[in-house]
Amino acid sequence: MMEAITYFFTDPIAQKVIMGIAIIGAVSGVVGTFSFLRKKTLIADAISHSVLPGICLGFMFAGTKDPIVLLTGALVIGWISVWLIDYLSSTTKLSADTAIALVSTLFFAIGSVLLSVISKSQNAEQTGLKNFLFGKAATMTTFDIQVFTVVSIAIFVVVILFFKPFQLVCFNHEFAKSIGVKVKRMEFLLSTLTVMTVAIGIQAVGVVLMSALLIAPAASARYWTNRLPIMIFLAALFGTFSSVIGVMLSTMKNNMPTGPWIVFSLFTFTLFTLLFAPHKGWFSIKRRNLSNHKKITEENLLKTFYQLKEEGNTAVSFRDFLEKRAVDTHSLVRDVRRMVKHGFLFEKDKTFSLTESGNKEAARVLRSHRLWELYLTKRMNFKNDHIHGTAETIEHLITPEIEQLLLKELDFPTSDPHNKEIPY
Amino acid sequence: MVGDAISHSVLPGIVIAYLISTKFDSIFILIGAAIFGVFTTFLIDFFHKKLKLQEDASIGITFTWLFAAGVILISLFGDGNADLDQECVLFGELGTSFLDKIIYHGRLFGTRSMLMILPVFIAVVLFVVFGFKGLQIISFHQEYAKSKGINVSFWHYTFMSLVSITTVMSFESVGAILVVGLLVIPPATAYLLVNKLPSMLFVSCIIAAIACFVGYYLSIIFDVSLSSMIIVTAGSLFMLVLAYIKIRFQVQKTVELK
Repeated sequence: MMEAITYFFTDPIAQKVIMGIAIIGAVSGVVGTFSFLRKKTLIADAISHSVLPGICLGFMFAGTKDPIVLLTGALVIGWISVWLIDYLSSTTKLSADTAIALVSTLFFAIGSVLLSVISKSQNAEQTGLKNFLFGKAATMTTFDIQVFTVVSIAIFVVVILFFKPFQLVCFNHEFAKSIGVKVKRMEFLLSTLTVMTVAIGIQAVGVVLMSALLIAPAASARYWTNRLPIMIFLAALFGTFSSVIGVMLSTMKNNMPTGPWIVFSLFTFTLFTLLFAPHKGWFSIKRRNLSNHKKITEENLLKTFYQLKEEGNTAVSFRDFLEKRAVDTHSLVRDVRRMVKHGFLFEKDKTFSLTESGNKEAARVLRSHRLWELYLTKRMNFKNDHIHGTAETIEHLITPEIEQLLLKELDFPTSDPHNKEIPY
Repeated sequence: MVGDAISHSVLPGIVIAYLISTKFDSIFILIGAAIFGVFTTFLIDFFHKKLKLQEDASIGITFTWLFAAGVILISLFGDGNADLDQECVLFGELGTSFLDKIIYHGRLFGTRSMLMILPVFIAVVLFVVFGFKGLQIISFHQEYAKSKGINVSFWHYTFMSLVSITTVMSFESVGAILVVGLLVIPPATAYLLVNKLPSMLFVSCIIAAIACFVGYYLSIIFDVSLSSMIIVTAGSLFMLVLAYIKIRFQVQKTVELK
């Protein structure tokens, strides 16, 4: 294993391939971020399928796999496909989805017809063309990589120059229009960048799977940050990393296409991100939900104790509690014990009572509840029988600041709409 | 687009089923595909609803990954297997399917692929005829259907399974990518022409049949890939219809102005 890895970093041919796909990965990450944010990833997928005839036509025109000719062919056909999708979805009954799928398959079919024409010709160069379907990074020549590098640098420059308008177009279309940003022109520019990225990426990933290289890095980056420059950087990083690993994996066996392996490593990264990212990852969300749930249960528990105290019961047994508030017995026992541990309740002869701090906390929750009810009736014209439900929910959300605002707004009231005392 | 996603995603199911059963026409293939078809829908929902990923990215990531997995499986395990070839999977092998005749008691019963597709065809027709109201409502008014208590999930997943099965059956004929073409282009063409669902279904079938027929002959004349030619023909029909309605619309406008 180790010698395989060292091979990659010492062998000049391997180095060249790694360089090439690293660049492709980075560019795809950057440009893909914009497609992702504009929610146009499916159009990016259509573009990747659609450039196949462009590549074939370029080849038929030049007779060789000259990257500049192929790129130009891909660019022209890519533009046409974007225009056609837009035309179909805006001037006919067809939905955007249908237009995308239609153009994507049709162009791909035209491309494969051309492929079969080419494969019948006597041209020896044509054998490599099939690699554009699933990608074969090793087929990139030094000249290819040089052309890709130049194109990539141009793309990066454009992104830097037009960063502000791109950002506006992605996040706030209407606002951009209103301050005079030429939105149509920016969109055209972004589409062009996407087409160019696809054109240089398909040699490594193939037309079928190229969209993954545009979508996955951006999707992953989104989960780690809210700031666009960082997201772009992370996407480029993920793109590069996954592409390199993917190509390395593809060498496990002779003659395997590189595209699927790149997608495989992309997907692993993305899945890992979606599950484990802080704040937005699945586990973080679950943990937050759990702790929220716990807090709400505790507050409800203490509140019930206070209410029982108002009714005259200061030493509450489990049965007393369940009569006042029906909950699962098992959880009740567990939660009460936890409250004792935290010092909010104390136990005596199999009954439980509020401690000083428990009392204060329970009073706080109940106060929020009753203040809110008062607010709903006094300021929002709610009827008395409609307020309890929402107050039950809102009481857990009212912070000390909001409480102060309510108190001032309602002028430090003493009783709530049901004539219960508001505890201070 | 979910149909597109499913047609890509059933590939690993097919490959796995094939590797297990070693026969390309066994029932396992169908089951494998159906399972993966439903699995795709679950996966997309999982990304979108549970992991909070935006819908288009959920679809895109799911199907590219599943398709990639299928291709990897093929290239790792499908060695020397004439049936399980990357291109064959993408484009199908309809051209030679006529060689696989079924002869029983000395009488020709048709080709193997036709006999395999026939029961699926019948099942689909029956489902569409008897489930018409259900399909109609989940296509147009899903929220309304839910509010009426109609079991939308059942219809949704049954329909998706049918798409998967149809896709698999079509794999042999037209291959993965181009199945989408037949799923999308004839209905889109019909949609431009008519307004009612039953007529749309009917016109769609006619157009698809014409595309296959004409496409077949054209592919022989020009000596090109059969499945692609069918889609190109379907696309050309679409363009013709598109041109027709655009011209008709212009004519109508000028008539109204008079």
